[in-house]
Amino acid sequence: MAERSASRNGNGAVKGSFKVKTGLAQMLKGGVIMDVVTPEHARIAQEAGACAVMALERVPADIRKEGGVARMSDPDLIRSIMAAVTIPVMAKCRIGHFVEAQILEALGIDYIDESEVLTPADEENHIDKHPFKVPFVCGCRDLGEATRRIAEGAAMIRTKGEAGTGNVVEAVRHARAVNAGIRKLAGMNHAELVREAKLIGAPVEVLAECQRLGRLPVVNFAAGGIATPADAALMMQLGVDGVFVGSGIFKSEDPLKRAKAIVAATTYYDKPERLAEVSAGLGKAMDGLEIPAIPKDELLAARGW
Amino acid sequence: MRPARARRPLIGVLAMQGAFAEHVRALEKSGARTRLVRAPEDLEGLDGIVLPGGESTTMTMLMERTGLLKPLRRAISHGLATLATCAGMIVLARDVVDGMADQHGLGLLDIGVRRNGYGRQVDSFEAALDITGLGGKSFPGVFIRAPLVESTGSVEVIARHNGDAVAVRQGRIVALCFHPELTGDLRLHREFVKLAAS
Repeated sequence: MAERSASRNGNGAVKGSFKVKTGLAQMLKGGVIMDVVTPEHARIAQEAGACAVMALERVPADIRKEGGVARMSDPDLIRSIMAAVTIPVMAKCRIGHFVEAQILEALGIDYIDESEVLTPADEENHIDKHPFKVPFVCGCRDLGEATRRIAEGAAMIRTKGEAGTGNVVEAVRHARAVNAGIRKLAGMNHAELVREAKLIGAPVEVLAECQRLGRLPVVNFAAGGIATPADAALMMQLGVDGVFVGSGIFKSEDPLKRAKAIVAATTYYDKPERLAEVSAGLGKAMDGLEIPAIPKDELLAARGW
Repeated sequence: MRPARARRPLIGVLAMQGAFAEHVRALEKSGARTRLVRAPEDLEGLDGIVLPGGESTTMTMLMERTGLLKPLRRAISHGLATLATCAGMIVLARDVVDGMADQHGLGLLDIGVRRNGYGRQVDSFEAALDITGLGGKSFPGVFIRAPLVESTGSVEVIARHNGDAVAVRQGRIVALCFHPELTGDLRLHREFVKLAAS
């Protein structure tokens, strides 16, 4: 595919290629990306060992509680968080809102999350992400949705889960759905693959790449509802490359301690003794929400297609 | 019984956080056996170690908390062959500018680096490099929020980009600002496997 984002400057260097966009996601693997709403939160996240932070005005739990239209954060807030830490800083734009994305790129943000946590700006189209130099991460609930986002230029995927609930059940459902979708491809011949692409609404080329690799062709994190070290390790054992923790840290009783524990649990996800050690004495986790208690039209994961 | 060292050296890949799986694949294709290093006992019997790319603050803190920093420093200063890429180079460096205030890495490589010295992600780039001692065509350099080498002491600079050192060698340590593990080019990994076997 022709690269619409790469540019060549005078000294033979090429910026913004898909290789460097996916490359940063590869550097984030095995790590925890934490939602932060102030520079102080960002410093705590960095001190705890976050591999990146997500700068936003309200964590998903508060967006859910307060309602109304949720938009891109104030550039002043984003800049102040970028100035506070040396780790990569991500920020969210609304689904389909390519101008918010242009603004975030102009701010020099390291990754854009085209996120269902904000109110969608376009119910038909996601952003064409190829022309941007800054890489994008997008949410998915299954393999079809993941491959559509990759076809639009997403350099990283995250399973959606249900943000702001402190309930990991949807994250598990979506990670398992992606895994099952990929397992199903094994052994299909090309004709069967084309049919499967039709059934799940996947671009054939991206689906063929998933079949060849036995996984998504870009890094895949889990998000939406992770609140404990055990939740993070669960998602890692289900095969994701790393985790996003939104409300789970700064809505808990002792954010620094919990953040450190989730970082350790993401590295030592398959060592139950270590998990037992880091899970102890963390204080109260965030208040959780049962998914059936949420009105259907308030489910964030259903935004986007 | 262990196979002869010279044929298939055992190389550890530090697996705190970051792109360690990519190094494992490149090393195995280059003829090495590999082991993920996540605890001090994983250092036992290694012929070499790779410090991968990732976030240097995350990697350093996890090493400190798990008691890996000191034994790793001892092993490398006693001559364990070491390949460090990007964040790994920062972890090895004597001086780090723009790190966290209390970021103390291994301090074994005689260079000063500036974290994210080439800029933020939008400035990440690819460039062709000529590397000393590497035959054939130029090497594809992939630089991602790369550290900038601002000063060099008793190291040999083996590649430059725009005049700045981007690859250095010091004894049995090779450190790179870029990511050979993200390319299909195995030449640097093959050279490192040879170094570890020697």
